[in-house]
Amino acid sequence: MSDETCASMHLLIQADHDGELDAADAARVAAHVQVCPACAAHAAALRRLSTRLRAEMPADALPHRLQATAARLSAPPRVPAWRAIRRQSPGFAAGLALAACLAVVVLPRRAPDLADQAVTAHIRALQPGHLMDVASTDRHTVKPWFAGKLDYAPPVQDFAGVGFPLKGGRMDYLGGRPVAALIYSRAQHLIDVTVWPGAAAPSRDGTTNGYNYLSWSHDGMVFWAVSDLNKAELQAFAALWR
Amino acid sequence: MTGSGPGEVFARIVVPHLPAAYRLALWLLRDKAAAEDVVQDAAERAFRHIATFRGDNACAWVLRIVRNQAVETLKKIRPTAELDEDLPDQAPLPDADLVRAEGEITLQAALAALPPTLRECLVMRELEELSYRDIADIVGVPVGTVMSRLWRARQLLLAQTEVFRA
Repeated sequence: MSDETCASMHLLIQADHDGELDAADAARVAAHVQVCPACAAHAAALRRLSTRLRAEMPADALPHRLQATAARLSAPPRVPAWRAIRRQSPGFAAGLALAACLAVVVLPRRAPDLADQAVTAHIRALQPGHLMDVASTDRHTVKPWFAGKLDYAPPVQDFAGVGFPLKGGRMDYLGGRPVAALIYSRAQHLIDVTVWPGAAAPSRDGTTNGYNYLSWSHDGMVFWAVSDLNKAELQAFAALWR
Repeated sequence: MTGSGPGEVFARIVVPHLPAAYRLALWLLRDKAAAEDVVQDAAERAFRHIATFRGDNACAWVLRIVRNQAVETLKKIRPTAELDEDLPDQAPLPDADLVRAEGEITLQAALAALPPTLRECLVMRELEELSYRDIADIVGVPVGTVMSRLWRARQLLLAQTEVFRA
């Protein structure tokens, strides 16, 4: 390959590395990299750099002052919403009352999907002070913490050795029952794993509000993992459990 | 059902992205107190303008507000237009205390020494895993510019941190 061709490949090789190419362009890159040692070296260098950056950069937590600001701005207004609305417009309030009546009819048929519930629980947990009830990287601390709070013993594993360290656990409420939520980290990202006993169900995965989720069953337990981590790494994390 | 008061919308749209916003501000400004001030101001601003949020990309919306605020602060701290596109041939030397005893430049030091325009693209791509499109929206440049900045950032880092390797 001439140098000129290779120079024009650089941004494509990078885009392939960043997961930005469609299948046809990715195939073009793969074909070129196979016959061009210089470009193969570039691709390998990009992979090395990404791995090191993700492993070595500090994951700075949100400072306390910003956590407090987030909590303050998230707080509901002091005037109850229904009163504020009634003050503004009686017609709107009537509409709201009608909507409320309709909701009674409609809501039971459209119970929130488990995936939505799991993602909502994750987002709620990310609010300051809600993430963990027990903060420990030791599974022999986290597992006994659930005893007496649940009618089952959740499997607690630590995957620190493969880059998914355990951070702690908390009680959550999902699918109409209290459940155990385990928190893991991957570089800057947090992963929530909710687990409860249940019949084996088909695996599911998807994205809601920018969060990826993944469910699976194993050993009589149902697992839901939610994170802003990318799908590939979330899949790799799930594979560790099976 | 999720509520729709400004606080609830803020909790849903903005709060999940504050850690990423803080990390971006920290990498741009390289000063914890300044980054904290920037995110504090940006959070207040996002709250005031929460009703103007349209669409589905809350992350890009929040990071754009924080990034703009951080760039303003950066201009005040270093008015010598460090944000300029034009790069010196060699990146400035990293802080001495970030250089390891054995002489190898740490990755962190090399990243810190990148010009901010390159650094922000790399941080958003590598550490926050944003798409080219999102980064382009946040920075306000075409996708092609994001790609070339990422390439230059990576080549600079590789040249600096792998120079001592056999």
